[in-house]
Parts: sequence; C-alpha cells; structure tokens
Amino acid sequence: MRETARNDQPILAIDPIEGPGRAHARPGSEDDMDRLNELEAQSIFILREAFARLKHLAMLWSLGKDSNVMIWLARKAFFGRVPFPVLHVDTGKKFPEMYAFRDRYRTEWHLDLIVEPCPPIEDMDPTLPPAARSAARKTEGLKLALARHGFDGLIAGIRRDEEPTRAKERVFSPRGLEGSWDVRDQPPEFWDHFNATPPPGAHMRVHPILHWTEADVWAYTRRENIPIIGLYLSRDGRRYRSLGDADITFPVASQAKTIDDILIELDATKVPERSGRAMDHESEDAFERLRASGYL
Amino acid sequence: MYMPIAEPLAETHAAKARALIRIVIVGHVDHGKSTLIGRLLHETGSLPDGKLETLRSSSARRGMRFEWSFLLDALQTERDHGITIDTSQIRFRTTARDVVLIDAPGHTEFLRNMITGASQADAALLIIDAVEGVRDQTRRHGYLLHLLGVRQIAVVINKMDRVGYDEARFREVEADISSELADLGLTAQAVIPISAREGDGVALRTPRIAWHRGPTVLKALDDFAPARPMRELALRMPVQAIYKFDDRRIVAGRIEAGRIAVGDAIVVMPSGTAARVRSIETWPAPVAGPGPQWASAGESIGITLDSEIFIDRGDIVATAAMRPKAVRRLRARVFWLGGTPLGVGASLDVRIGTAGVRGTVVKIEHAIDPGRLSSLGAADIARNHVGEIELALTRPVAADPYSVNARTGRIVLEADGRIAGGGLVLSVDVAGEGTRKRATIVPVKSAVPAAERARRFGHRGAVVWLTGLPGSGKSTLGRALEERLFARGGMPMLLDGDTLRDGLNADLGFSAADRTENVRRIAEVAAHLARNGVIAIVAAVSPSAADRAAARAIAGSRFYEVFAAAPPDICEQRDPKGHYRRARSGAIAGFTGVSAPYEAPAAPDLAVATHVLEITAAVDQLERFLEEVEVLAGGERQASPDVSI
Repeated sequence: MRETARNDQPILAIDPIEGPGRAHARPGSEDDMDRLNELEAQSIFILREAFARLKHLAMLWSLGKDSNVMIWLARKAFFGRVPFPVLHVDTGKKFPEMYAFRDRYRTEWHLDLIVEPCPPIEDMDPTLPPAARSAARKTEGLKLALARHGFDGLIAGIRRDEEPTRAKERVFSPRGLEGSWDVRDQPPEFWDHFNATPPPGAHMRVHPILHWTEADVWAYTRRENIPIIGLYLSRDGRRYRSLGDADITFPVASQAKTIDDILIELDATKVPERSGRAMDHESEDAFERLRASGYL
Repeated sequence: MYMPIAEPLAETHAAKARALIRIVIVGHVDHGKSTLIGRLLHETGSLPDGKLETLRSSSARRGMRFEWSFLLDALQTERDHGITIDTSQIRFRTTARDVVLIDAPGHTEFLRNMITGASQADAALLIIDAVEGVRDQTRRHGYLLHLLGVRQIAVVINKMDRVGYDEARFREVEADISSELADLGLTAQAVIPISAREGDGVALRTPRIAWHRGPTVLKALDDFAPARPMRELALRMPVQAIYKFDDRRIVAGRIEAGRIAVGDAIVVMPSGTAARVRSIETWPAPVAGPGPQWASAGESIGITLDSEIFIDRGDIVATAAMRPKAVRRLRARVFWLGGTPLGVGASLDVRIGTAGVRGTVVKIEHAIDPGRLSSLGAADIARNHVGEIELALTRPVAADPYSVNARTGRIVLEADGRIAGGGLVLSVDVAGEGTRKRATIVPVKSAVPAAERARRFGHRGAVVWLTGLPGSGKSTLGRALEERLFARGGMPMLLDGDTLRDGLNADLGFSAADRTENVRRIAEVAAHLARNGVIAIVAAVSPSAADRAAARAIAGSRFYEVFAAAPPDICEQRDPKGHYRRARSGAIAGFTGVSAPYEAPAAPDLAVATHVLEITAAVDQLERFLEEVEVLAGGERQASPDVSI
C-alpha cells in the first residue's frame, strides 16, 4: 500500500507533486491558452462563484479520477486549501484500493473529510432493477448527509460527455426538497451567471467539470501529476474506466498501462465510459430514474 | 521529487492538436434539428459501433419508421413528446476540429433552454424547413442570437427532398431569411440546401443539389472561427472574492479582457481607488524564482496589491485611463423569460460581471415579440419577448456599454432568486449620477446658475437632435435654426456631425462601433452645453435607433429627436456633397442610405418634411415646437421670460 509509482510504473498511485506552479503553463507566452488551461480557468471560476454565493458547501469525493481532478482544481482556486468539507458517501462496498487512497490523501491534502455511510439495500425501492437498487443506496446516503449537515450546495464531478442525461445538466442545478432533479423545469443559465438561490430547504448541485471530457480529465491528471488509483491502469489486459461499487463495476479490456496509453486508447474508442457500470444498462430509463430521484 | 513532463502528449490526443468549437443548432420546431444532428454523427463516423442497428431495430419493435432524431432522444420524456426539451450537447469530430454541437429546443415554451444553449456557442446553425420557410421561432431565434452576441451564423434550408430539390424555392427562402438577418445586423456566412434525412448537402454536394455553389454543412462547420479571449481590449477583471486564508490578501477573479502585470497601476471601480499590482499568486507556489509576471484574458487568477485599499466582490479591476463607468442608471436591450410580464416599477436583482445589485425598471420602450415583426408598442415586456429598459440601481456598480466591452456590458436579471432575463447594455449613466459618485473625481460646477443663464437667454438648455439621411437637409435646417434663435437673443450652438469628425471624432471611422462612439461623444458635448443653458443643435445622420436612444439617455431631460424626413430618392437626387454618386460607384463603402441601413425614428419628437417645406417654414415649425415644449418662452411673454429650471 505504501508503494507509489510514476505513470510508467503503475502500482498504486502516482505521487502527489508539489512542484513548480503549472497554473500558468507558459508564463509570458503570447500563444493561445491551450484547451487544458481554458478548462481549468473555467472550473476555477465556477468553484469561486459557488464559494462566494452559497453558504454551506461540500464537495462530493467519490475517490475517482474526476473528483480527484476537482479537488485539485479547488486547491488551485483557493490557493492550496479546500475551504469546505469533502463528503464521501460510502456504500462500504468500494474497492480496497479506494479506501487506501482516501485514507492517504485526506491527510496529505488536508481535507476536512466527512464519511456518510449508506442505508442497507433492503431499504431501497424494490421496483428498481438490482444494480440500480444497489446504486440507489448512495442517493439515500446523500439525503442523510444533507439532512444532517444542512448543506445548501453540493459540488459534484459529473461531466456532460459521460451519459446523455448529464449532457442536459446546468452548471448550477437546483434540486428539490427530496434532492430530486426536474429536467423539465430547469432555470436558464447563460454568460457564466448562475442560479445560486436554492428554495428553502433545497440545495444546489454545482458541476465545475461539466464541460470536461474523459480525455480532458486524463490529460490534465497527467499534466498536473495528480495521484490516481492504480485500478484505472491495465493489469492482465484489463482496467477500470470508471470506479464504483466493487460488486457492480466491471473492468474493460485494455492494454493501457500509463495515462498516455489511456489517451491513445480513448482517441480510438467508441465504447461509452460507463459501459462497465451495470446500473446504467438494465433498462432504457434506469439511469434517468436514478438521477430524477437525486443520484448524481 | 518533481519531474516536469517535457515530452508532448501523443499527437492524436485532441486536447493538444485540435481546435474545439461550440456550435448551437437553432430554428423552428420540427424543422429538423435533431435529424441533422443524427445525420452529422453518422457522416462523421461518430456513432458507437452497433448504435445505428440497435436504434433501427428498436424503432421496428415500436412499429415506427426509423428517424435520425431518435439518436438524440436520450430522455424518456422526449420520446413521449417527440420534441427536444432541454439543451443537449453532443461531441463529434470533423477532419479539421472537435465540435461540440449544442442542440437547442425549437419549441417556444423552452426558449430559456435555447438561450442557455446558444449562450455557450461560438457560432450557430439556423435551420429552416424548405416547405414552411421562415417561421415565428426562426425569427425569435435569430433575434436572440443577436442579443446573445452570437455573430457567426450559417443557414441550413432543410427538407429539400420535400420540394423536389427546387432551386427557385431555395432562393426564395434564402432571400427571406437574409433580409430578416440583415435587419438584426447579421449576415449568414453560408446558406445551404440540404436534406438531413436523405443526406444531401450534409457531407456531400449530391447531384440533386448540383446547382448549389456554396459549402456543405460539414464544410461550413469548419469555416467557423472559435471564440478568442479578448486580450486586445482594455483590462477588465471582475472581482469574485477576497481571500485571506493566510497572511496574503488575494484578490481573485477571471480576467475578462486585456492583461495585467506585476507593477501595473490599477483602479478599482466603481470606487475609483488606485493601487499597484504587487504579485500574481499561484498554487502550487513556485519552488524557486518569481511567480508569473503577467496574465491575460481568459485566465482565472489571484493578485495582491501594494496597499490595503477597500475592494470587494463585484468590483472591477481596470486601468485608470480606460476604466468602466460607475453606473447608477443604465439602458439595456433585454429578453424576458419570467412568468409574469416585466413592467415599469418592477424590482429585480441585476447582475453585471460579478456584481449583484437591486434595480428598478423606470422605463420600457419597444417591447415586442421577436417572433412577429410588428412592434406592438406594449407597455410591458411579456414572457419570451424583448424590449429596451431603463434601470435605476440602488448603488453604483462598474459597467460598460456593450459596444465597449461585450463581457462587462451585459446584464442578467433575476426575479425571486431565479434568472429571468438578460441583455445588452446600450448606455450607462442615464442621469449622469454615477459619475459624480466617483471618489477620485470631483466635478466642478459652473459658477453661473442655470436659472441665471435662462433669464439672460430667454430659453432653457436643450438638445435638438436632427437625424435623417445624408442630403435630407439637417445641416441647412440646423444652421437656419441657429440663426433664428441667436436673433431672438438666445444662445444656440450647432454641432454638425461632419464638422466634429474633423476634430473631436477624427479617430473614428464608420463601423457600427465607431458610429456608436461618434454619437456618444456628440451627445456628451451636447448634454454638457444643454446643462449649461445652451440650445445644442446636433446635425448628424446617426443612423442607429439604439445610438440615438443612448444619446437621449446621456442628455436626460429636454432631448428632442427631430426627424428630417426627406425620402431616400429625393436625398439621393439632391446629393449636395456628391456622396451618393461616389457610394453608388463603390468609392465609399458603408454609406448610409446606399450600403448601410438608416433606422428612421419610430416616434420622433418632431418630424419636419424637409423635402416639401421652404426653409423658413421649416424653422417656424421648429420654433413653435420649442415653444410648445417650453424650451423657448412664448412669443408674447418674450419681454419678461419666466422660464426657470
């Protein structure tokens, strides 16, 4: 568990690097900002807007590649600190590597970590298909955390390119009292002006990397040397593209042993990122139903 | 240990090698947006393997004919209703670049979603059904593209298969939409005949549209230019927050325009307080040596200053010479999405940059439904309609007119905590109040009270703004009026547009922005004269209704728009300066009345038939008008003027 690796020797995680600033990749350059700089600047803007306009913020930390990028961006936005709690809604069924990662980086990154355990599967809607029912535990865990801590804003690392219903999300997305999402009645959002006034008792979801792609996340992770969980890299011809609960997440065939390999592989693939997430594929609307009731 | 990654990423990775462009597809409901997107995904090889087959068989199972639009119908609710409800974003690649296609709903009810989608776009595809032609929502979307600042547009005329690929029908629709766009100051980069369902004109110019000489849709997408950060403009950094996590006091924000460097002298608006940039802060902090020395538009940064000045969220960091205005009143052209109509007296949250301030609507003009061309002249702006409003703010905020800076010159309106409208700032400082609030500028008041001047001149100060086509007789009328007023003991002063272009406005050309600035400067001078008791007679073509409205706002009260109403053919026939002749021969580009539009006043304070009346009669009419509005004391009371301010 203490082993670390550069991205050419995948074992557990890449060392966190506290090196020369990359906030300005090419200080003094007249070149156009490249795409990663542009994405980063936009995400930092969104995080600062959230921090300025909402009172009780928390950031959801799933331990996956996206939420690690998000934490990294928060540290850039707030000059090294994450000035709000980081919330892990824990199903208790994550991979051991994920728990090891959490325990290490909560300390190294000085995170104010809140772990919220999820209720048992017996309490879930029995009409949902099995994997979706399992995933629904997370939604219920989230509701418990909201009730306990009274957050009015939850920062989540979802992206438009992951899944069609997420493509319809706003950057600041109001949730109903039960955490529900009404896709039919989303307020307008334009010119980087956000709706930041949740109705009493409800909360806003804030999506700072909504405009990123899977390849963007990997390219940025590589450029910034952000640590990752080793499961993302190929071992015995298989790797995880997306990490969820150990029992409902499956690896894909891949030879990608480094992030560069992943980027090359992604460039060629047409297989969706969440193809290894069982709950998305049980019925045509399973994921949408999960989201409408508050799933990320 | 830190090991910088020197080698470039793999050539194939999009983030490095390829440009990204965001394109919104808009148009009337059922004109074929989703079908075109489905077809584009297919033609560019962007569909996941087997997706097409799955959909074809799932359509067959439902007993429906396969439609390309099924590809996009991700949500159950959309399948039920058969229309796109919310903006969806789809990525694909052309040979040249990565494209994010923003699919905006065409249904009126979902205009807020169309706006959400279109506001993120660098360019737009406007789709029109060849059978139906231009419809309400085509116009509405065109108008909103104009308001949202999307300037690159390609028009796609779809369903050519339904009109037998008839070129004459295509030309007809092309002419219709081109003239509608021209009214909004927009020009389509291409107008393309297609059949999204059959594939003509999307990736290939098929024989059935062999008569088409322009690009295919894919080529048109590649011809759009991605938006660029506005580095060339004056510095604007709206402040998001001040962070004091440690001993540093960091001013955080995103640079919207221009650049900023360590050591720069800056001012913070609206207070006008000055300071210098001490550092640009980053995380991770540099291990050795100094941090970045400068940053430019598009970057989210943090700076520290050399003194502990008061600065807060909502302020704008700028340079002293080219600062935004401190604004208490502004005029804006807005779209309204709120549930109840927007009326005079409405109280709203107004957002400009990162500032939020309470504002009251004090005036509404030109409220119309952009889907229908007729102006209704309604008192309120209904849901999904547009109009021009004047807002009074509860405290000064920093802002620009849209013509100066598109980012800091637009507003967002919030009602009950929900975004309900937005638009472009046409002019600021309607009452000239904000400028007087500036901490560092203390305007010097004239030593002579306005009432004293009025007593001596026998009139109040005013702006008489003569607008009309070149050759309509504005200068002649202005000179004659000046003579008449002077003869009766008054203090008139002619500000002739051409004369001022020789000096005050010598740096300006004839682009829309320069024309706006030209009018603004003339208006400022005229307003200053009027405030000091002079009757400023402006003779300027001033072709833009918005510019004239801005001039009225600058002058405040006693601004009179006088229309020299000679019709175009007579003006051209007169052609006193030979300008029309040279414009017709192409020697003058962008000449108003020939190659640039003139927007005649919809409701001038006075219209003078300069093509019919003798000059004396025309001046008589003006003099009577000025008496009626009590700028001039009436003839019988001339001996003892009781005009007071």
